Amino acid sequence: MDQLLQHLVNTIIMGGTYALLGIGLTLIFGIMRIVNFTHGELYAFGAYMMYFFATILGMNFFVSIAFAIAAGMLLGAIIEFLLLRPKRGADIDTTMLIMIGAWIVMQNTEHLAWGGIAKSITSPLPEAPLVIGPVSVSWLRVMVLVIALALIAASYMVINRTKLGKAMRATFQDSDTAALMGININSIYTMTFGFGSALAAAAGALLGPVFVVTPTMGDLASLKAFAIVILGGLGNITGAAIGGFILAFAEEIGAGYISSGYRDAMGFVIIIIVLLFRPTGLFAKAERVG
Amino acid sequence: MDTSVATSASKPILSVDHVAVQFGGLVAISDMCFDVHEGELVSLIGPNGAGKTTAFNVITGFQRPTRGTVTFRGTSLEGLKPHEVTGLGLVRTFQRTSLFEKISVFDNVLIGLHRRTSPSLFGTLLGLPRERRAEEALREEAWETLRLVGIEHQANEAGGSLPYGDQRLLGVALALAANPSALLLDEPVSGMNASETSRFIELLMRLRKMGKTILLVEHDMPMVMKISDRIVVLNYGRIIANGTPTEIQNNPEVIAAYLGGGVKNA
Amino acid sequence: MKLIASLLILAFFATVPLWLQDQYYLHTLVVTGIFMLAAMSLNLLLGFTGQLSLGHVAFFGIGAYVSALTSLGFSVTIFGMPIVHEPWPPFVGLIFGALAAGLCGYLIGKLAFRVRGAYFVIVTISFAEVVRLVSLNWVELTNGPLALPGIPPMTLGFEWSGYLTLWGKAQNYYFVLAVIVLTYVLIRRLVYSPYGRAMIALRENETLAVSVGISVTKYLVLAAVFSGALAGLAGGLYAHYIQIIDPMIFMFLNTVTMVIMVITGGKGTLAGPVVGGLIFGIAPVVLRSYVGPEVQWILYGVLMILIVFVLPEGIVPAIERWFNRGGASRSPTGRGASSGGSSGDGSALALSGSGKGNS
Repeated sequence: MDQLLQHLVNTIIMGGTYALLGIGLTLIFGIMRIVNFTHGELYAFGAYMMYFFATILGMNFFVSIAFAIAAGMLLGAIIEFLLLRPKRGADIDTTMLIMIGAWIVMQNTEHLAWGGIAKSITSPLPEAPLVIGPVSVSWLRVMVLVIALALIAASYMVINRTKLGKAMRATFQDSDTAALMGININSIYTMTFGFGSALAAAAGALLGPVFVVTPTMGDLASLKAFAIVILGGLGNITGAAIGGFILAFAEEIGAGYISSGYRDAMGFVIIIIVLLFRPTGLFAKAERVG
Repeated sequence: MDTSVATSASKPILSVDHVAVQFGGLVAISDMCFDVHEGELVSLIGPNGAGKTTAFNVITGFQRPTRGTVTFRGTSLEGLKPHEVTGLGLVRTFQRTSLFEKISVFDNVLIGLHRRTSPSLFGTLLGLPRERRAEEALREEAWETLRLVGIEHQANEAGGSLPYGDQRLLGVALALAANPSALLLDEPVSGMNASETSRFIELLMRLRKMGKTILLVEHDMPMVMKISDRIVVLNYGRIIANGTPTEIQNNPEVIAAYLGGGVKNA
Repeated sequence: MKLIASLLILAFFATVPLWLQDQYYLHTLVVTGIFMLAAMSLNLLLGFTGQLSLGHVAFFGIGAYVSALTSLGFSVTIFGMPIVHEPWPPFVGLIFGALAAGLCGYLIGKLAFRVRGAYFVIVTISFAEVVRLVSLNWVELTNGPLALPGIPPMTLGFEWSGYLTLWGKAQNYYFVLAVIVLTYVLIRRLVYSPYGRAMIALRENETLAVSVGISVTKYLVLAAVFSGALAGLAGGLYAHYIQIIDPMIFMFLNTVTMVIMVITGGKGTLAGPVVGGLIFGIAPVVLRSYVGPEVQWILYGVLMILIVFVLPEGIVPAIERWFNRGGASRSPTGRGASSGGSSGDGSALALSGSGKGNS
């Protein structure tokens, strides 16, 4: 029982960042119909930027997080502008190949720039864990959860309460009609990609200090994000948020009760089960597109 | 089935029995009943949005009806996938793309002939004589089909590079290649000029002589009146008339529907 | 014409071990051939049915592991039940590897073709990742990260004919070359048959293909089985040639290599993966003296993007068009569908294959 409680706490903490990853990816897919293979690299990029600002430049920890997110947003917008804008309207396979190419370039550039040795980011938070009854959590992880939840809430605000969000939702529903209504589709796409990338970078900046930063960390992040998005239904934002927590739970249980080696396999097992029984995702009715 | 008028004593080859289709709250077709008999040429007409294409989709298995059944040669089509419906000999064309644009005209027809052969996989891989002979026979049939519709001289052109009228003919050739006993043509002459249309009518006449049953969705009224044995008129998803061209021309309800709704399309 | 050209090219490759004495270069060519084979199998899915399999390395790796384990023997305990397998000849292993990978192709096809598109891509990636994790964690069977060493080299022959064990590079070169030629012929026959036409029809316009009676599931699953089995065969060849395999075989970059080979050469063409395979099999050897592996991969990535932007059809169709430009004009029945096979042999769009003149 105590162990299960600990697993649940871990689930909630990891689930927050997974949800960020998933929301970013599903937003890009839903609005742009692009399977973004660079998503994991933007996660890794966020983590490296965190390392750069916080450890190398020695900047304030929280300011560094904000800077890393901004850097991710900028890089995402650049990718969209350079690689996707010229191929607007191309079929999904074409854009997938472009994104795979970009993925390889980004990962190996990171490798060149930072070397293959794992980097660690020290946090200013107390070393001693927070202990509540049988459960213990490091303060760093608590902070990660709080910021992740705040970012999820902020994303919802942007999507549901702002003019930009309204334009995004209109494009999500029907890009042709949105264009007719005077929405600048090109800039919406660039902003969407930047926004989604910022969320991935945020997840990286938050988890960088929890784990270590390596050039290949993006691979698993990409694959996990795919699992989350499939779980929630491609293009479904709430589904992705919930999917993030479900994946985290499955991983905790998989690692805790099966074998820690299979922790990372849980996402794929989930994908296969979902596709077998509910190919359109668990929450197909909510706000799925197409 | 009070709305269906039997024009021959034979059993119908295709019967649409109390079919209804709803998309959410929208009723596309409500309680549609009609029969098509062997060798008949029946036209399905009606103003835009009357449910003609939906009816086609239901008959050929591309759309599940909300209620009702379609029977073809005594077999219920319920739950069959489109390629299985084709397998029974009920083949359709499409309003928009009815050909493989990047593929040559000849190869288009070869694809259409898919249902005619069932080579064994191992025979194919080993290049056995039986499979080679079957392929030869298939190519001969492809030429015959091309000659039948009259586009054999363009066999090597890419499908998409043909003039518009010939593209529509190729679409029919593709469907004919599947050896249908009943052919469903979705607005085959829309967008054709007068000479292309008259060429197409000639083709339809040849197909009738071969004993093909044809169900046609069409807006070109002079053509429909000229060639149809029987006309079924749809309006707002409902059959409002079913009879010979003369009967339809004098039916007050049909006149009202066209004058009130889509006279431009008539 | 085309046939003569093909035979000349084949004859050239058959002479290579006679004049190329450098064992390292010969080794490169053997590995190139193996990856070319994998690319040919990927092309069947990516090129001819239009389904992007990004987990292709899983089939390759499964073929490698199954073939290796069949010929090495193993003993594992599953649910308390001990299973012991005595070593079998490598050739049997090769066949088992291909069969196992083909079976996986069947399962993945059945699962993923209900949804296709982006889902198919993600399912295939996930599948490869699961297989990689299993190979890493099922230490009893696979030795995990410690690798599976001592895989016997390929042995050909029967009891009555005596055996030939392929120890040397040249011997392996000829064996791989033979398998490639055989595979090429099989794929060609498949593509120019009603089976291949059905696959291409599904790629070009699924709704229309279905309307003439082509079953989506049947032909896509068939392509997946065939593609998986061929990739498994390539994997088996790899295992017995390199003689040691580890879970790194499943790394995503191996799939990327296959994808790059196919799209650069020309997806949906018979010659595409061969041309692409040669380029990207030999490129690393040339590049490695100038740049490190990271830069090599960056170049690959950039190239992949460039291909999509500049030469989306790939090299082979571009060359073909260049050749045809000066050639015979489109006479009505002269060059004709009757000679469609010889005019556009490598092109997916000429589906009729070679046949006698007609009409």
